[in-house]
Amino acid sequence: MNYSYTILILLIPIAAFLFNGLLGMKFKPIVSGLVGTIGLGIVFLLSWYTAWQYFFVGGMVDGEFPKIIAMSMDWLQFTDKLTIRMGIMLDPISVMMLVVVSSVSFMVHIYSLGYMKGEKGFERFYSFLSLFSFSMLGLVVATNIFQMYVFWELVGISSFLLIGFYYQKPSAVAASKKAFIVTRFADLGFLIGILLLSFFTQTFDFTTLTGADHSIFESGAAKSFMGMSVFTWACLLIFMGGAGKSAMFPFHIWLPDAMEGPTPVSALIHAATMVVAGVFLVARMFPVFFFQAPDALEVIAYVGGFTSLFAAIIACTQYDIKRVLAFSTLSQIGYMILALGVSGYEGHEGVGYMASMFHLFTHAFFKALLFLGAGAIIHAVHSNVMQDMGGLRKYMPITHITFLIACLTISGVPFLSAFFSKDEILVAAFHHNKLLFAVEYLVAGITAFYMFRLYFSIFWGKDTQYHHTPHEAPKVMTIPLMILAIGSIFAGYVPFAKLITADGRPFESHIDFAIAIPSVLIGLVGIGLAMLMYRKETHIPERISIALGGFYKTVYNKFYIDEIYLFITKKIIFNYISRPVAWFDRHIVDGTMNGIGWITLTSAKKIKGLQSGYLPQYGMVFALAAVVFVLIFAFLVR
Amino acid sequence: MALNVLMFYILSAVIVIFSVLTITSRRILRAAFYLLCVLVATAGFYFMVDYQFMAGVQLVLYAGGIVVLIIFSILLTSHISHKFAKPEAMRLVMGLIVGVSGFALSTIAILQFAFKETENAAIKVDMQAIGTQLLGTGKNGYALPFEVISVLLLAAMIGAIVVAKKGK
Amino acid sequence: MIEGIPMTHVLIVSAFMFFAGICGFIIRRNMITILMSIELILNAVNINLVVFNKYLYPDQLQGQFFALFVVGIAAAEASVAIALIINIYRRLNSINVEQVNEMKY
Repeated sequence: MNYSYTILILLIPIAAFLFNGLLGMKFKPIVSGLVGTIGLGIVFLLSWYTAWQYFFVGGMVDGEFPKIIAMSMDWLQFTDKLTIRMGIMLDPISVMMLVVVSSVSFMVHIYSLGYMKGEKGFERFYSFLSLFSFSMLGLVVATNIFQMYVFWELVGISSFLLIGFYYQKPSAVAASKKAFIVTRFADLGFLIGILLLSFFTQTFDFTTLTGADHSIFESGAAKSFMGMSVFTWACLLIFMGGAGKSAMFPFHIWLPDAMEGPTPVSALIHAATMVVAGVFLVARMFPVFFFQAPDALEVIAYVGGFTSLFAAIIACTQYDIKRVLAFSTLSQIGYMILALGVSGYEGHEGVGYMASMFHLFTHAFFKALLFLGAGAIIHAVHSNVMQDMGGLRKYMPITHITFLIACLTISGVPFLSAFFSKDEILVAAFHHNKLLFAVEYLVAGITAFYMFRLYFSIFWGKDTQYHHTPHEAPKVMTIPLMILAIGSIFAGYVPFAKLITADGRPFESHIDFAIAIPSVLIGLVGIGLAMLMYRKETHIPERISIALGGFYKTVYNKFYIDEIYLFITKKIIFNYISRPVAWFDRHIVDGTMNGIGWITLTSAKKIKGLQSGYLPQYGMVFALAAVVFVLIFAFLVR
Repeated sequence: MALNVLMFYILSAVIVIFSVLTITSRRILRAAFYLLCVLVATAGFYFMVDYQFMAGVQLVLYAGGIVVLIIFSILLTSHISHKFAKPEAMRLVMGLIVGVSGFALSTIAILQFAFKETENAAIKVDMQAIGTQLLGTGKNGYALPFEVISVLLLAAMIGAIVVAKKGK
Repeated sequence: MIEGIPMTHVLIVSAFMFFAGICGFIIRRNMITILMSIELILNAVNINLVVFNKYLYPDQLQGQFFALFVVGIAAAEASVAIALIINIYRRLNSINVEQVNEMKY
């Protein structure tokens, strides 16, 4: 099979980025929009073609899907053994991610033509979108962990640029800074993890790391640090990077603030693609986790489970629709992480892995749809806050229907896509850990509740009087909504167990109705509760919030996690670490340097008087020096 | 006291006195005149050591050429009646320190050093010997430095003309 | 004609002349006077050369020749120096050495 064309998948977005970034302002804004969109359209087609070719033409070799290195080149060669390569690796998850990223990115590109119309910096927006697409695609096809790290950071910077797109707005600037610093801090762990892992295994390559040959791990397996083996540490640190990007607790604080960016960006980066990079990372390294660091996998499962519950509870209290969606994203990613954490490796044991990828796939569609729908609503109402909305179903029928589909999907209503993926996750959790399984049941109910709280508050509820009548979004925005809605409905029928599994070998999976039916019922209870409380304007929510009192307030303030962070950084780190360090830097380090400069300057000022340009003085110094030297060398030193 | 010794001390006295006057005189034309006296006395000294050619050169070039040149330049740049201000005390002191200490040092060195004469027989210094050696290319020949000096003089002459020429 | 005249006396006279020249160089501000001081210095050197030749190495003529070359160089130096002085005078209307200090620092 010849996959060499896949390089175009990377080259086209970077070319679009360079074109829009360097020449964009020379043309009308629409030109850069079209360049970006058409470029992504080609990438979209190529990705689907790759997927078709990989799964159905190339197919399995010896009963499993092979890892194909479509391209590889030496990027940095330090020594004979230490070489960093850049390349393209195709295996089930990278191909699946190519499809997800390019599809959502393409939809967002089209959608933004309408949403961002007339915005200042239109071409800048498109160049950043292209940069992001390039980085994300490069990340998913990375052949080695170092390439992944490079693109990982590129993704981080494009996220930073896009969150801070409205850079005149202080809150956007603060949010972009926050996102960057938090993820950067987590990436520090990632980097150390990479170094640890590569130091002991002597390789960066995923093919070697995740291959069947475990002898490379022997040298490090015996070593331990603070009671855990080296590879447990390495895996935990790598997961720290993943948790930062995927906004897992306790690194979740940046994601809600990241909603300051334009809504299409939130849909693309902060819902469908970049935030699942952490999930992808763990999935990519899964054999390493599973065989070398099962303890780390346990930690991952609990982090995922906790985050999903934690975020779901917060989502019930938020009023900013984008924030609700952000917390719901956190919750859903928690699901995926949890599924990975409880997964086994071989055959049906690996259902968690498959379920995680499956949920990632379906989530990308319905979450992008939710965000784009929210974007359309914001576009119409000019507000992010739920209280400003209500009764919108009459004004925006298409948005209403698509949004409803997405809400039903995420709630796990049968025969929509998330029903299947969520069911698989629950199955995996059930087999592994009953506590986490119970948590996920609860979260399924809460999810349904807050999604329909959102839905009813926006489209039903009170009849809000608007300054000017909201209107349906233009075609260029609604068409992506419709496409994504179709995706949300039917993505669940992709036979994932046949295609994407932990060990690359397909297995039989079936819906476990003993688990599925209760979860659906719980979801329906959530929906019913939401309907009761929010369909008509009632006082029930207020009464409940008053009854819960302090708890409600705590949840509303997101459990004060941000405040704790602020307290730790501002009060403790700044005062007791940064200040002394800054003092030392300013006074000792700078002082030494300034002192050297000062001495040089002062002595130069003193000395330059000697260079008076006054000839007799030179003569005198010369003669006097001659006399003194004669005195010293001819008489005193004999 | 032999006449030549007396003659030497008279010349020495002239040199010493007029040297001091040259550098202390506050009228520049007089200073030039005192310099002339020093140079002429030096020429007399050359006559004493029996180097007539050297003495002739000294008289013609130094006393005749350079001093005349200096006097011309004085006339071009200064007023004859102009009298210099007294030198600053600081500079005077510094100059004297350098001069006196240097002179003292040299004198001590001269008196302490044991000069050693050659044992070879003296040669007769006449115009023929000078001429042959000055233009000779063999042993003791000075043709090359002579030519170099001539080129230097030519260069100096052209340079002086260019520098002193009135600007465009 | 040098019988009875010790060489050291001649050397002392020339040393005096030399340091008188240096004194003048330091003390005076008029460029022409400085030039004259330099002539004194050169002349003192010349006397030394001649005296060493006559007293120590009467079998050769080196000292005399070097003295001759020094005279030649002095002539060249004087001509260039005077050209410079005239040029400076034309520009600054002064030959005070303290005013010619643009090449400081």
